[in-house]
This record gives sequence, structure tokens and C-alpha cells, in this order.
Amino acid sequence: MAKDIVLAQVEGQPDLDALIVTEDGAAIGVTEGGEAVVLVDDHAEAPGMPQLNFETFPNQIFWLVVTLAAIYYLLSRVALPRIGAVLAERQGTITNDIAAAEDLRQKADEAEKAYDKALADARAESQRIAAEGRAEVQRDLDKAIAKADADIAARTAESEKEIAAIRDEAAASVEQVAREAAEEIVRVLGGNPEDADLESAVSERMRGVRV
Amino acid sequence: MAVDTAVDHGAEAAGPGSNIHPMDQFIVTPLFGEGEVAWYTLTNVTLWMAITVLCIFALLVLGTRGRAIVPTRTQSVAELAYGFVYKMVEDVTGREGLKYFPYIMTLFMFIVFANFLGLLPMAFTTTSHIAVTAVLALAVFITVTVIGFVKNGSAFLGLFWVSSAPLALRPVLAIIELISYFVRPVSHSIRLAGNLMAGHAVIKVFAGFAISAVIAPLSILAITAVYGLEVLVAFIQAYVFTILTCVYLKDALHPHH
Repeated sequence: MAKDIVLAQVEGQPDLDALIVTEDGAAIGVTEGGEAVVLVDDHAEAPGMPQLNFETFPNQIFWLVVTLAAIYYLLSRVALPRIGAVLAERQGTITNDIAAAEDLRQKADEAEKAYDKALADARAESQRIAAEGRAEVQRDLDKAIAKADADIAARTAESEKEIAAIRDEAAASVEQVAREAAEEIVRVLGGNPEDADLESAVSERMRGVRV
Repeated sequence: MAVDTAVDHGAEAAGPGSNIHPMDQFIVTPLFGEGEVAWYTLTNVTLWMAITVLCIFALLVLGTRGRAIVPTRTQSVAELAYGFVYKMVEDVTGREGLKYFPYIMTLFMFIVFANFLGLLPMAFTTTSHIAVTAVLALAVFITVTVIGFVKNGSAFLGLFWVSSAPLALRPVLAIIELISYFVRPVSHSIRLAGNLMAGHAVIKVFAGFAISAVIAPLSILAITAVYGLEVLVAFIQAYVFTILTCVYLKDALHPHH
């Protein structure tokens, strides 16, 4: 479109020596005298929005389709499966680690429980042994006390027997002495000591003395 | 010499402010030589789309080549992008929409990289062109419509028949729904191109004002502010385009209100 305008205007300018089209779309004619005349200035005439320049649409659409195809290929063949796999693997690793940690914690709990149980058992055992020991000692002690008591009782009985014997003996001695003394008295007084009355009399008198 | 003067004359003749050409940055020009822009010509569009592809390749393919359980920085960014779009698709469309995840990821990555690359000085913003965004939006529109009919058959038309509304209102609503359905690709594409074009043009206008030494500091301040806004817009528009794609896809998969 721009070119047509340029040509038309060049035809309308009889004295042009040369035509320069600058990079930014301006067309400048140079007259014989070396003077420059601006024929077309694209800047001044450019449509407001390059977005609405439909001539560039096929180009943009073509390269967009190529670009999207390239990106889609990259993503669907390489990037997305790879990232998905990495994320899944990480999730798996984390899940495994959590499970392992849970497992270990359970084991630790079990170990602690076993330890507590062992401790309780040991304590119970020690208590049992102590009680047993105490009971045994008590039994021995009881036995010894019983034995000692029996001993004491036996000795007491023996002693009592001896004391009774001694007392009987003593009582008999007293009676003997009393009879002898009575016989002597009777003899001194001129009686007959062989008389049976003496004996019974002494025994009669001694009855009150006896315990 | 004389030619230079003449060009200046021409510029002046076009009126004051003609040294500000905010729209020139959007002109599609051939990379090599002059002439017509044919459909196969290597243009600045080709160049910046190629750079977009290379950046996506660098981030998503090179960045993840370690396949590390404990990711490197680039790999975490790649995973972040993956997770962001994946979650968006899953949240909006449900599990059956995940089949279309690579397609939506392609759209998102292209738009977000094209937007950000366009913010580089001297760059050409491919997504500021209606031709590009219209193709993107039409592709979404056609794909979604086809999926809708393939998945649901004629039940897809239930999308336009608001069964929760009173019976008398339904035909009216159906017309409104139908119009709004066909307006979708228009708003979808113009929203993206319009936002980017406006922002870039505003920056260029402020840059043109900077010719005057008096206004220059204010102009630079304004450019900085608008640029910050544009960084935000670059991401938000990519996000909006992607999430609207998901919403349209959801309508196609579950046409009943």
C-alpha cells in the first residue's frame, strides 16, 4: 500500500533525481537542486494500532501455532512427566519416612514398655525375695523363741521339782530333828522314848508346821 | 544533512508530540531486510516466541534434569509452576479435567513468559497482539465446545437452559446465556491483549515526556510505578486467562448449573 503511494507521488513530482526510502518507512525524494522533499512519512500516516494491521496476522498466527506446538511437545513429552514423577517420588519418600518414623516410635514405645515391665518385675521379685527372707527369719526366730520357751519351761519345771524335793527333805529333816529332840526330852524327863505315842504326837504337832 | 532536516520537518509537520510513538513497539517487522511480512517471514514475533520457548525449556526441562528429591532452586520454581497450574485445574474442573492439564499448562507457561519477556526493555510483547490472544482464546473456545458436545451430547445445551430459574424466564435467560457464551472468546482475548498493550503504551508515553528535562524526573517516577504495576499485570493476566480456561472447561465437563 505504502509503495503505491510512493510511486504515485513520485510521478507527480517531475524534478526528482532520486528516491530514498528510510528504515522507518519515510519516503524522501531528492530534487535536482539537492533539496529533499518528504513524500511519505509512515509515522504520520501509520494506523493507530499495529495490532489491527491484518497483514501481519498470518505471520503471527503461524509462529504462534509453531510456538504452542513446541511448548506442548516439551511439556507433555519431557517436563510434565518428569516433574510429576519427581513429585510422586518425593511424596512416596515422605510417606515412607513418616511410616518408618512411626514404626520406630512404636518400637521405642515397646522398648520402653518392656523396660518398665522388667523394672516392675524386678521390683516385685525383690519385694518377694525380701518378704520371703523376712518370713524365713521370722520362722527361724519363732522356732528359736519356741525352743527357748520350751527350754525355759523345762528348766523351770526341773527347778521347781528340785525346790520341792529340797523342801520335802527340809521338812523331813525338821521332823527328824523334832522327834529326836522330843525323844531326848522324854528321856531326860525320865520317860520311855520307845513309846509309840511320841511318834504320833510329834507327827500331830508337825502337821501344822508343814506348808 | 539535508535529508536529516527534511525528516525532522516531516515529523514536525505531523504535529506536536509526534516524537512520541507509543504504538511503534508493537509493529511487526521482519528480522532480516525489509519488505512485506509473509506468513513464513522471520519477524520479531518469531524471535520473541522463540525466546519464550527457550525460557520455558530452560525452566521446565533443564531446571528439572537433576530429578532431585531435594530440589535445586530452579527445580523448585518449575515444581511451583507445575503445582500451581495442576491445583488450579484440579480445584476448578475436578479430577476429570486433569486430562487437559498439559494443554492448560502450555497456555499458562506461554502467556506468563511472553508477558514477562515483554517487560524487558526493547522487547516485543507477543501477547499484546489481538492476533495471538484471539488464536489462544478461539482455540480454548472451540476445544471446550467440542469437548462439551462429545462428553455430554445434546445435554451440553443444558448449559443455556437455567433449570433453577422460573420457567417463564428461561427462554430469555437462554438467549442471554447463549450471547455470553459466544462473547467469551472475545472478552477472553481482548482482556489479555488490551491489558498488556495499554500498560506498555502508557510506559512509552511517559518515556516520551522524559525528553523535557523538567518533566523527566516525574516521568521516570511514573514509569517506575507503571512498570511495577505491569509486573503484577503480567502475572495476573496469565493467571486470569488460565483460570477462565479452567472455568470454561468445567462448564463443558459439567454443563448443569
